[in-house]
Amino acid sequence: MALTQPDLTTQIGPLSLRNPVIAASGTFGYGLELETLVDLNLLGALVVKGLSLKPMPGNPPPRIVETPGGMLNAIGLANIGLEAFLRDKLPRLRTYTTPIIVNLYGHRTEEYGELASELRGVEGIAALEVNISCPNVECGGMAFGIDPVTSARVTEAVVRNTDKPVIVKLSPNVTDIKTVAKAVEGAGAHALSLINTLTGMAIDVETRRPKLANVFGGLSGPAIKPIALYMVYQVARTVKIPVIGMGGIMDHKDAVEFLMVGARAVEIGTATFVNPRTTLEVIEGIRAYCAEKGIRKIGEIVGSLRT
Amino acid sequence: MFELLNEIVSNQPVTHDTWLMALRSAEIARAAKPGQFVMIRVKPGLDPLLRRPFSICGVKGDLFLVLYRVVGKGTSLMTQLRQGERLWVLGPLGKSFAVPGKSFSRLLVGGGIGIAPLLFLREFHGEKKAALMMGFRSAKDIISPQRITGEDRSFVVATDDGTKGHHGPVTDLLEERLRENAGDVAVYACGPKPMLKKVAERTMALRIPCQVSLEAHMACGLGACQGCAVKAAASSARMYFSVCKEGPIFEAEDIDWEMI
Repeated sequence: MALTQPDLTTQIGPLSLRNPVIAASGTFGYGLELETLVDLNLLGALVVKGLSLKPMPGNPPPRIVETPGGMLNAIGLANIGLEAFLRDKLPRLRTYTTPIIVNLYGHRTEEYGELASELRGVEGIAALEVNISCPNVECGGMAFGIDPVTSARVTEAVVRNTDKPVIVKLSPNVTDIKTVAKAVEGAGAHALSLINTLTGMAIDVETRRPKLANVFGGLSGPAIKPIALYMVYQVARTVKIPVIGMGGIMDHKDAVEFLMVGARAVEIGTATFVNPRTTLEVIEGIRAYCAEKGIRKIGEIVGSLRT
Repeated sequence: MFELLNEIVSNQPVTHDTWLMALRSAEIARAAKPGQFVMIRVKPGLDPLLRRPFSICGVKGDLFLVLYRVVGKGTSLMTQLRQGERLWVLGPLGKSFAVPGKSFSRLLVGGGIGIAPLLFLREFHGEKKAALMMGFRSAKDIISPQRITGEDRSFVVATDDGTKGHHGPVTDLLEERLRENAGDVAVYACGPKPMLKKVAERTMALRIPCQVSLEAHMACGLGACQGCAVKAAASSARMYFSVCKEGPIFEAEDIDWEMI
């Protein structure tokens, strides 16, 4: 009897992925930094470092600190800006067959729209992922993503100005993530990805100073996985659009958990720092899991949680 | 750059708090240049989570050497590792020291564990003119270069408490040397930030070429996460450099020493 390979393809709205494993924004640079270690063509998709209209220098150091089971970062969305991205990075990324997703952010609602508009019709960009965890200068630096109304406005601004699928990346730093998810869905998002990092801090008791120059930062890594999983579980049952799950995934079992609560794909972030090939190992792990369980299509796992 | 499971060939203390580990990797040993570093996953599992960066302190055949001071959980765990165990190593990473023309005499200034890349630099180029100056807190902290590389070349030592060598900072030794002759010298420095700052300020004032090796908290080591930023000098077009990719070796004049 010929053993057929399990079908790992998954559909995120209009976007077809060869497998459900995506390299998360901010942890994979522009992909090119890791191309000698990871065959980018094997990834389900690759989300590049958060992009803004103008280059951003980022926060003063120290920008990262390890905490039990995770890490805090306050990079400050450092990036090369739209122009350099289109000139220096995208042409090389186009040589890969993997869908390239551009994560974007702004400090004002109209900046999101402007950036989306600049990327309209640009070849080699499969989708946009909207970072709504960025501080909103119009609202005293409060993140867009903590409020359903500002989240929906940013989503609309992007959707209105793009020809590409729009994935909105939700912040977990909210009272009820379902409310924000519904607002973003209502504003026309094609998919949701969650969770972004959880806000936290760490202190050096000898110096009484925060360990991050920015005082606080975003917590990621295995420490946040149970929180992320529950949020994905809640959101996947609330919205009709596809959900991409992330938060502390270290191996294929973690990834399968996210699929079981309803995610159609997963993003891998901090684990790439621990092992640059985690994404590929997760793909292989999911494949082996499916083969072992007699699962023919990845869709059979999605939302299959028994309660 | 490679990501490989490397066998520990030896792991021994060289002072009361500093250890030397030799790992077998023909690939890394062949590719490594002085100033470059490796990211080591100290232990499988989630604690510690991230890899730790270590300067490469020498190569011998298919082995490369890592000198480490026990400062936290990761390095404490490293002391428990035995010969024959294997570790995931990513490297060699970052830029290496640039070497000026032969007419330059090199002054290597190291503070504490910061001597690691300088020992590799001196050995790699087999440069007889290179003078090694090392600063330590006390006599008991002195790391013998002979113990590390087996070389038997001269060096001078300064200790903060005067228990051995010059009583005072290692930068005094540099000052003295520069007073004798500051022509056609190039300075290479690695060590604590106040020491580097002093070396940088002095060499810049005298317009002597100076390269420094910086350290930073790092997550990826590949230039992907932007976690290891260092402030660039005001004269630079950039605000920050990434230590892992654009460093760890920098020209002293490219760094904003006020911020350090």
